[in-house]
Amino acid sequence: MSTAAIEVDGLARHYGEREALSGVSLALEQGQTLVVFGPNGAGKTTLLRVLATLLRPHEGEVRVLGSRVPEESWAVRGRIGLLGHEPLLYRELTARENLSFHARLHGVMPERIEQVLTAVRMGDRAEEPLRTLSRGMVQRVAVARAVLHDPELLLLDEPRSNLDPAAVELVEPLIGAASGRTRVICSHDPGGGLAEADLVLGLREGQAAMLAPAAAVDAEAVAELYR
Amino acid sequence: MYGKGLRALSISTVVVMAVALGLVFFWVPLEADQGFLQKIFYVHVPLAIVSLCGFIAGGLFAIQHLRTREQKWDFRSYVAIHMSLIFGLATLITGSIWAKGSWGHWWEWSEPTLVSFLIVFLLYATYQPLRFAIEDPERQSRYASVFAITAGAFVPLNFIAVRSSTAFVHPRVLGATSNLPWQMSLTFLVSLLGMTLLFTTLCKYELTVKHTRAQLRALKRLAERREGKATASLPARGRSAAPRLQATAMRAHTPEARAR
Amino acid sequence: MSATIPGAQPIASPERTAEAPPAAPRRRTTPTWSVVRALLRKELLVELRTLESVPGMALFAVTTFVVFHFALQRNSIDGDEAAGILWVTLLFAAILGINRLFVADADQGGFDGFALAPVDRSAMLFAKVLALLAYLIVLELIAVPAFGLLLLGPPLGHALPDLLGVLALGDLGIAAIGTLIAAIAVRTRARDLLGPLLALPLLVPIAIGAARASSPLLALGHAGSPAARWLLMLGLYDLVFGLIAYALFDFLLED
Repeated sequence: MSTAAIEVDGLARHYGEREALSGVSLALEQGQTLVVFGPNGAGKTTLLRVLATLLRPHEGEVRVLGSRVPEESWAVRGRIGLLGHEPLLYRELTARENLSFHARLHGVMPERIEQVLTAVRMGDRAEEPLRTLSRGMVQRVAVARAVLHDPELLLLDEPRSNLDPAAVELVEPLIGAASGRTRVICSHDPGGGLAEADLVLGLREGQAAMLAPAAAVDAEAVAELYR
Repeated sequence: MYGKGLRALSISTVVVMAVALGLVFFWVPLEADQGFLQKIFYVHVPLAIVSLCGFIAGGLFAIQHLRTREQKWDFRSYVAIHMSLIFGLATLITGSIWAKGSWGHWWEWSEPTLVSFLIVFLLYATYQPLRFAIEDPERQSRYASVFAITAGAFVPLNFIAVRSSTAFVHPRVLGATSNLPWQMSLTFLVSLLGMTLLFTTLCKYELTVKHTRAQLRALKRLAERREGKATASLPARGRSAAPRLQATAMRAHTPEARAR
Repeated sequence: MSATIPGAQPIASPERTAEAPPAAPRRRTTPTWSVVRALLRKELLVELRTLESVPGMALFAVTTFVVFHFALQRNSIDGDEAAGILWVTLLFAAILGINRLFVADADQGGFDGFALAPVDRSAMLFAKVLALLAYLIVLELIAVPAFGLLLLGPPLGHALPDLLGVLALGDLGIAAIGTLIAAIAVRTRARDLLGPLLALPLLVPIAIGAARASSPLLALGHAGSPAARWLLMLGLYDLVFGLIAYALFDFLLED
């Protein structure tokens, strides 16, 4: 059993005749952070969803937390936290009801709900339907949802969008480097992204244009991807 | 891969159909009650049988697709259902003509086979709109397979239900295929064989044409890629109800693959 | 909700140090029955807040009875006619509920959230079927008395237990097929159109069986009892499509 959190070898996924991802390979050790850069449509979200076991690879091998995806996806679910563009929360329900629902799905104790609500400072607004809350607040609840079950691996798609600087600081212990979790982050911010990366992947049109340790990459190289 | 045997199949289809038509028009004796119109029976019933078997085959191919995730099964499922729909329409039309000739009206509710057929036809008529309404090709294939299996299971159950419910007011002429004199049985069987061959040939033909087109597209893409052109420059094809074979079909023909 | 959830591991702190050794793969899947309960609870909560399905279904049914009164120009109907009108109305009202069944999940990321959880995905099928059944029962609690009041000639009284049986068998079939078709139709364009188009032919045998079974119950004079063959047919249909829905549902939840 290897210690790598993620091993990807020749991953390909097509969307009809278009290759959303092709020939992507990488390895990420536990506790490290992979930051994925690339223009829109490059395949960042697709890669994230494959790692989340939501999409199956069409070619290649993918191992997440030691288990093959999709054959052994069942062993991995519940150990991954996904924070995508959508909060994955029901607008008509309150924060507490949403988290309670997810807690039951994951077999998480109710005390944990209060813990995360406090951690994102939504404890006092937890009884209001989400549709009455601002985007920033909903995003905070989404963060709470993503870490509710204490996942070993975090998959974050531009996590700081919709968050004001204060909120960004707030969620840092939960989803930031300090949390100690293995992380894969899709980012459009070369400066900030590079700062927290251990490994950098640059995607363009579904292919890996760049894969290197963060120390070997500078902001200029990242900006190249977008040209 | 797909074109093998197409010629032999086409020839045998033409031959058997010609024999069947000859038997129907020149050899088999007229049926006492209905006269010449009854000969539609030799077209209508085989059409119905082949059509229904085609729908069920579509369901079986869909099961294979979900099990193996290979696109070729979805392809076959689509073609089988598509062709059965056409044969089904022909069934309804010939049945209607027969009803008009026998009872004077274009539709007959008391004939359970016709009624079941209408319901099945209405169900499968939604297959292509369903496919067309899903853009992601992989999901389109998957959802279409789920539908094809459900509909395939529905076909026999529906027949049982409708048959149970129909009051036998009129004598069931359309359904009476037993107790036929041997000439009629023989003609019927030959006609059935002809229809089956026709169905199979047309399906194979459609599969071959589509497959060839897909390979052509894949070759074009390969050529463009070799020339360094971005594949994104290819014109985006519009949404389609038909599944499209992937470029991966090409890889089976590479030297490395052949060496395996 | 009890404080302990069977099979759950207590999680101590939100943070963990980088040196913490990786745990062996936790083969922990949340028990299906508790997932179904959680889903059902969520489902009913959302419905109670939005009232999107049930009031519409009930109102539609009652309005339809009124329309039938004028369209048929009759004050009272019975027997075959009554059975037919009752079941057609119930079917179309059910379609309204079927159309809405997965909409909240499709639009608000409910599928993804569920797919990420360590659960047996059939739990969503069970929960949705139960939810749809609940909606149908509430619909019938309103629609059947309304039918008895507005259109039906003979009194419902004696026939009621048998009628409840027929309703139950019909509802099971509608729920199974409705849930499967709703799941297919929801993530397509024109989902409101495709749902009914796909569902109605599949529901025809239920309409046949239920109407034929109800017909003697709604007859003038001495109400008979439903013929066993129709009940058997309904039961068989429910069983077959229940199994099919169970076998195929998971394939719809993948992306």
